[in-house]
Amino acid sequence: MSTETLTPEEAEGQRRARRAKRNTSIGWWVITIVVAVWCLFPVASILATSFKTPGELSNGKFLPDNPSTSNYEEILVGDSQELFLSALWNSIGISIIATLIAVVLATLCAYAIARLDFPGKKIVLTVSLMVSMFPVISLVTPLFNLWRSIGLYDTWPGLIIPYLSLTLPIAIWTLAAFFQQIPWELEQAAQVDGATPLQAFRKVIVPLAAPGVFTTAIIAFFIAWNDFVYGISLTSTEAARPVPAALAFFTGASQFESPTGAISAAAIIVTIPVVLLVMLFQKQIVAGLTSGAVKG
Amino acid sequence: MASITLKNIVKKYDDGFPAVNNVSLDIADGEFVILVGPSGCGKSTLLRMIVGLEDITSGELQINGRRMNEAAPKDRNLAMVFQNYALYPHLTVYENIAFPLRLAKDANGGGSVDEKVQRAAKMLELTEHLDRKPANLSGGQRQRVAMGRAIVREADAFLFDEPLSNLDAKLRGQMRAEIAQLQRSLGVTSVYVTHDQTEAMTLGDRVAVLKKGILQQVASPRELYEQPVNLFVAGFIGSPSMNFLPATITEGSGGTVLSTPIGDIPIPADRAAVAQGKDLVLVGVRPEFFEDATLVDEAKMPKGSVFTAELSHLEWLGHEQYGYIEFEPDEKVRRLLSDLAADMDADELRPQVVTTLSAESRVRPGRPVELWVDTSRIHIFDPESGENLTRDAEAGAELTRMAAEERERELAAARERDAQKA
Repeated sequence: MSTETLTPEEAEGQRRARRAKRNTSIGWWVITIVVAVWCLFPVASILATSFKTPGELSNGKFLPDNPSTSNYEEILVGDSQELFLSALWNSIGISIIATLIAVVLATLCAYAIARLDFPGKKIVLTVSLMVSMFPVISLVTPLFNLWRSIGLYDTWPGLIIPYLSLTLPIAIWTLAAFFQQIPWELEQAAQVDGATPLQAFRKVIVPLAAPGVFTTAIIAFFIAWNDFVYGISLTSTEAARPVPAALAFFTGASQFESPTGAISAAAIIVTIPVVLLVMLFQKQIVAGLTSGAVKG
Repeated sequence: MASITLKNIVKKYDDGFPAVNNVSLDIADGEFVILVGPSGCGKSTLLRMIVGLEDITSGELQINGRRMNEAAPKDRNLAMVFQNYALYPHLTVYENIAFPLRLAKDANGGGSVDEKVQRAAKMLELTEHLDRKPANLSGGQRQRVAMGRAIVREADAFLFDEPLSNLDAKLRGQMRAEIAQLQRSLGVTSVYVTHDQTEAMTLGDRVAVLKKGILQQVASPRELYEQPVNLFVAGFIGSPSMNFLPATITEGSGGTVLSTPIGDIPIPADRAAVAQGKDLVLVGVRPEFFEDATLVDEAKMPKGSVFTAELSHLEWLGHEQYGYIEFEPDEKVRRLLSDLAADMDADELRPQVVTTLSAESRVRPGRPVELWVDTSRIHIFDPESGENLTRDAEAGAELTRMAAEERERELAAARERDAQKA
């Protein structure tokens, strides 16, 4: 209806503006596709490889000619079953425990950092940052000796404790930032409404912090789940060896066959929980629950 | 219901800065007291000390005669409405209002939660919004939810921390009226912090004016307006604010005359008597004390006097008009006025006089005009101490007493209405 009243010049201007808008959105699409291909191509390649038979591995094609689930059978019910399933169990257990401990400790710590004014607050934050910057590889050798002499070598706690050193700093930093966003007044209002400090924390702060805690937990879980250096150095048997380390111990059916197919299948299986987690908690991660708490 | 007593309350921060200095205040049961002052005067700090969110450095806080300095906020049984409402974003409106009841459930147990929430929601017209989250409400509705959370508690007193400052002007006026009615119908002791003097004047039974942590004057709005104790209170209360003119008192042939930069104003000798022995005084004249001399009633004429001045410009507003007279003060007075402006958190006081003239006046700027000024109501201030030399303490006390009687009557009427309903 507005086009009727437009002069030709104005109509031309509008067309140009629309074209420019379309051009920028095309630009965004191109960038998005490039990034998606860049990130997902290796995953797709591994997925394709995991369905190849040993004979097809080096045929130079991307897709398998005769897709077969033999690799999955091998690691789930076949020869590598014992190696893979116990490693999977170790990975799940160790990562979840390390995540839980990290999140509980970090929640309390971050809450104190965000709310209280105590001497040494800066030091806590700086030290935790320094710990996360410390190269893992330089810690492995002394830990190896220490763990052997105190009996933590090749046990779950022997991995959980070093994982905490990786997950705690990041958890403290993310959670502290998150707590700082929650308005002080909410807690004060709860106290005036008759809550003890603990009740205020439990009934007001924790539900509001839930998205932040989820985000932190997922990040912490990934860190523990993806670790390789500690996993391979501080374990020696199936008692505690996690999946990333176990992959290195896969062998082919005979010494002339490479285990690439089985490793790919195992890699796909360990990627699934990560993808599932992100999809399940995407909403929680993104949702800004605090909107509307204050004027906005 | 409760009375609140503050005795020599002091709040010192770690750097030794006293945010609140030696404030004593008695708040009677059912009274609506406003704490007002420019930003940084300690009014919010004082409120937060009453509710228990700030420690009291020294002095004593009593609620119903019991010392409460050390009690935790939850044990004081006070309800507070925060400036940004502080609603719990993860709870529905219903649960927000029910929150204090759920916490207290173990403590008293009397009366069902649902019944109380529904009653508060009905009172505040929130019934249809009970299932919504605060994020989906408008500013006024959020404000009401915050009030609902306070009402449902049956707390001993309500504390308001600038509750209307986040609302737009129209809604503010409406909520102001609602708060006033609510307070009267519940008859609950209320302390209300604001920097808005309209809220202070319209809501308060008594208004406490604070400046830099020091209590200046506690009185009914009328007393503050008509009998201010000092320059600060006189300048802070009233809009447009009181004009301050430097003047010397001279005895002329026609009686006592105030020589001001805008002209000589004859005043009654008894008004001038207080300024004996001072070579310079500040004269406080409210804008509405001026009038176009041609429009003044014969009967009113003798209460004031007429002088000639020239208006620099004129603003016609329909129901009245503002005439401005500019003057050149000397350096000392200029500094005094700008200090006063800084105290009041205002922009620099321009050396000009604002006069409120009736709308039908045909005076024009740029020409000498005859202005009448009501000299029986002007105040004379000591420029050194800022003290009001012409304050009639008795007349002021009478105004506050009348306000107190008015409050008693309104509370009694509210109780009667309740009794009839029951």
